[in-house]
Amino acid sequence: MSSENIESIVNRRYEHGFVTDIESEGLPPGLNEGVVRAISALKKEPEFMLEWRLQAYRQWLEMREPEWAHLHYPPVKFNEISYYSAPKSDEDRPKSLDEVDPKLLETYDKLGIPLHERARLAGVAVDAVFDSVSVATTFKEKLSDVGVIFCSFSEAVLEHPELVKKYLGSVVPRRDNFYAALNSAVFSDGSFVYIPKGVRCPMELSTYFRINAANTGQFERTLIIADVDSHVSYLEGCTAPMRDENQLHAAVVELVALDGAEIKYSTVQNWYPGDENGVGGIYNFVTKRGDCRGDNSKISWTQVETGSAITWKYPSCLLRGDNSVGEFYSVAVANNMQQADTGTKMIHIGANTSSTIVSKGISAGKAQNAYRGLVKVMPQAHGARNHTQCDSLLIGKECGAHTFPYMEIKNPSARIEHEATTSKISADQLFYCRQRGISEEDAVNMIVNGFCKEVFKELPMEFAVEAQALLNVSLEGAVG
Amino acid sequence: MLEINNLKSRIGDTEILRGLSLSVNAGEVHAIMGPNGSGKSTLAQVIAGHDDYVVTGGEVTFMGKNLLDLEPEERAREGIFLGFQYPVEIPGVNNAYLLKAAVNAKRKHQGLGEVDAFEFLKVAREKMALLGMDPKFLNRGVNEGFSGGEKKRNEILQMAMLEPSLAILDETDSGLDIDALKAVAEGVNTLRAPDRAIVLVTHYQRLLDYIEPDFVHVLSEGQIIRSGDKSLALELEEKGYDWVREAANA
Repeated sequence: MSSENIESIVNRRYEHGFVTDIESEGLPPGLNEGVVRAISALKKEPEFMLEWRLQAYRQWLEMREPEWAHLHYPPVKFNEISYYSAPKSDEDRPKSLDEVDPKLLETYDKLGIPLHERARLAGVAVDAVFDSVSVATTFKEKLSDVGVIFCSFSEAVLEHPELVKKYLGSVVPRRDNFYAALNSAVFSDGSFVYIPKGVRCPMELSTYFRINAANTGQFERTLIIADVDSHVSYLEGCTAPMRDENQLHAAVVELVALDGAEIKYSTVQNWYPGDENGVGGIYNFVTKRGDCRGDNSKISWTQVETGSAITWKYPSCLLRGDNSVGEFYSVAVANNMQQADTGTKMIHIGANTSSTIVSKGISAGKAQNAYRGLVKVMPQAHGARNHTQCDSLLIGKECGAHTFPYMEIKNPSARIEHEATTSKISADQLFYCRQRGISEEDAVNMIVNGFCKEVFKELPMEFAVEAQALLNVSLEGAVG
Repeated sequence: MLEINNLKSRIGDTEILRGLSLSVNAGEVHAIMGPNGSGKSTLAQVIAGHDDYVVTGGEVTFMGKNLLDLEPEERAREGIFLGFQYPVEIPGVNNAYLLKAAVNAKRKHQGLGEVDAFEFLKVAREKMALLGMDPKFLNRGVNEGFSGGEKKRNEILQMAMLEPSLAILDETDSGLDIDALKAVAEGVNTLRAPDRAIVLVTHYQRLLDYIEPDFVHVLSEGQIIRSGDKSLALELEEKGYDWVREAANA
């Protein structure tokens, strides 16, 4: 794209016709200031938001892509990516499930996804899909009765600019890392949640119920604020394989917990991991961080990661308030050619803060799975406690598991425990199960689910059942 | 029920079974004895279908079916149970869960529906009481942190739940103190039935003081070199294995 084109885009940004063009066609590939302005204009954002994006863009230009992760992939060509992709028009979409790839439908079947959801997930044209809008509307009413704000990020920028201004970037600063800076410049959409003082959110908030969730795009931005003594449980993602044309995903999630507040954030991620040779899979470079800003606050991350070709993700907790609690429960599965470098950071700042890390890594096929975790105790964090448990399970001979625990302890009163194990599903275990009449595949599933039990029990009930089914599907054919 | 004819098997390049023949009928208890390395455990593993053992000759039929054509899990569902010498630990997998999966796999094979969870627990608790096992074992990981005696008792519990037609117990007495041995033997005795055959693989006669066999076979270098009734076991105890070997070679 030549510079004249960009200028003309920027200059034409207030013309009505331009917006509809972009909306139906998306922005051409490439990234520059004009593109950032165009995205902001498309969303009719207020000035402060555009300024924020532009500063992030300028900071991003000076940053370099991180190379320290235990990952191998060809360099991402940032100038060949379109930073605003248009929602697919109904004409391009499959008209009914009959037109959808039977293999995808088979997977939905194994996961036990309800019929009306299958259509939505497979991207069937809206008018052919069971109408979920009415469900979402009832849901929204129930929330607004107690003052909970739950909307798309774009909507929050327009409707609640004071909250966005106050909290956006306060946990993950724009210049935090390369991908966070990129996201800050070009983020497409995401979720916004505000739980008022003393309110216990009456239901699990799930992206599934957010209207327009389908078009959040590749640079998702999520901000959750739990005010004093409030409580919320948020579910992200979906067990079903998501149809997505964007290869690079760089999301940012910020959580803020004020005095006595509690946020439970659960993720089940199942993006396309690529074929057996790793071709076509999604790159998932995510920055997730929770800030226990208030005393006695608590943030708990639970994640089940089975998808993506490459995962680079470290949901973290800043334990700033006294007596604040951070938790991280993770199951990361890597099969075939998948690579995962994931873990957490627990930064103890306040007094008597405690954190728990339970990480379960499963590697199969030729996959590489790395746990990378940092426990940092600042000098003023008296009485900090951490317990880390880091287990790896290997299936087959060609996969790998790596553990990179880092600890920086600057206060002598800290109590830090680290346990790590690596185990293999042994031929003896499989034979034992088969001798009891259990097929090899069922035996593998049984052993894997047993291995992950501690994490699954942290997930909300129905999510846990789905996660279990998902794991079984992800590891299909891993043995033999 | 079980017919083994001229069975030959090797592991790696080592020939272990060298033309073994054995016939076991319903209701019978057979003891297979022999010195270390004679092929006792190999025989048990080959009948169960372990991949490491290659069958190079002979036939094995079980209730008229060619056993060698079946996968290990199919053999199990047909009614063959192997009590392992060294039961493996499966951390994180609940004992009750494995038991229930095994019972259901067999029921499915028989065209029956899944067992009712409450009914299952009730039966499991009854059988555990019979074996003198603490019901808490149901909620522990499979064999995880069990003592030698607990592992062996757990094998007998599985056998009791699965109600096999043919149970092969591989060195079930090894590593047990006398009380544990008695408890396990009592458990096995309660499972003796006219429609069930039991094959005891053992090195020592002492198990046979508690479980009385109908037949005793002596295995040496991959063949059965002598068969008799329980008096043969006593004779072995007294005279040692060399005596039978010399007699066989004479």
